[in-house]
Amino acid sequence: MIFGILLDHPPTTPDTTGYMILGFAVIFTVMAIHIFSLYQRNRNLRIDLSLLEEIEDEES
Amino acid sequence: MEPKPTALKILDIAAILLLLAALYMVFIYAPMEATMGNVQRVFYFHIATAWVGMMSFIVALVAGVAYLSTSDRKWDIIGVAGIEVGLVFLFITIVSGSIWARPAWNTWWTWDPRLVTTTVMELVYIAYFMLRQGIEDPDRRARFGAIYAILGASSVPLTFFSIRIWRTIHPVVVGSGNPDSQGTFDMSDPMRAAFFFSIFTFTVIGIDLIWHRIRLGRFADKVERLKMKVMI
Repeated sequence: MIFGILLDHPPTTPDTTGYMILGFAVIFTVMAIHIFSLYQRNRNLRIDLSLLEEIEDEES
Repeated sequence: MEPKPTALKILDIAAILLLLAALYMVFIYAPMEATMGNVQRVFYFHIATAWVGMMSFIVALVAGVAYLSTSDRKWDIIGVAGIEVGLVFLFITIVSGSIWARPAWNTWWTWDPRLVTTTVMELVYIAYFMLRQGIEDPDRRARFGAIYAILGASSVPLTFFSIRIWRTIHPVVVGSGNPDSQGTFDMSDPMRAAFFFSIFTFTVIGIDLIWHRIRLGRFADKVERLKMKVMI
């Protein structure tokens, strides 16, 4: 009977906090990289645009 | 670049606030799952990012059809935006799923139908950008891109239904349960609330990012046209 109770007892919850932290770190890092990439590409386009406008003004 | 519209500013703020609320729901409101422990909390964002990835590819499909019927460049820009955002979110899904699988399945990766179809879908859309890089003429690039986006969209239902069609160990969250699945669990009401709230939050974040990417695409198009004008 004692063995039966021991076997029926639910197992203790494993400590998987490290995996959870790793999972959320990946989620937020990838999203942050994408947002930074959008910002950086926008910045580069602004530089290109100002250069092109300068050339256009010089030509006209 | 045109000034940011007020609606987009509101959407930016809403996305940040919703993300904070979703984090509260995931970490505080939803209880810890008894069998898997804290790693189960990754599941809320894992499913939400998968949903946004697939939604973004459907946006690209619609944009592809619209481009082929109208030849309007704006649809090409929308299609590119959808695929880029979809790729980012699907990448998050694959990596977060792998991290969840390590303690749940005792492996980082297994050749399961769902994992394979998801990875194939990611690779199909990475190839979309490789295809575009190889075509110089903008109209030709847009036309081929539209056709590719339409064909590539067939991978979306294939991935979604893979866990329902084939025998797999991946849990079925929406719909009937899979007897072979490992790491499945019954959601309590707070867990269900956190799950649907995360889906809603990431939908808003996805729309917000697609909108930003469309604006960037339009700006790039404007710079490209000016470059052509100056060069000639």
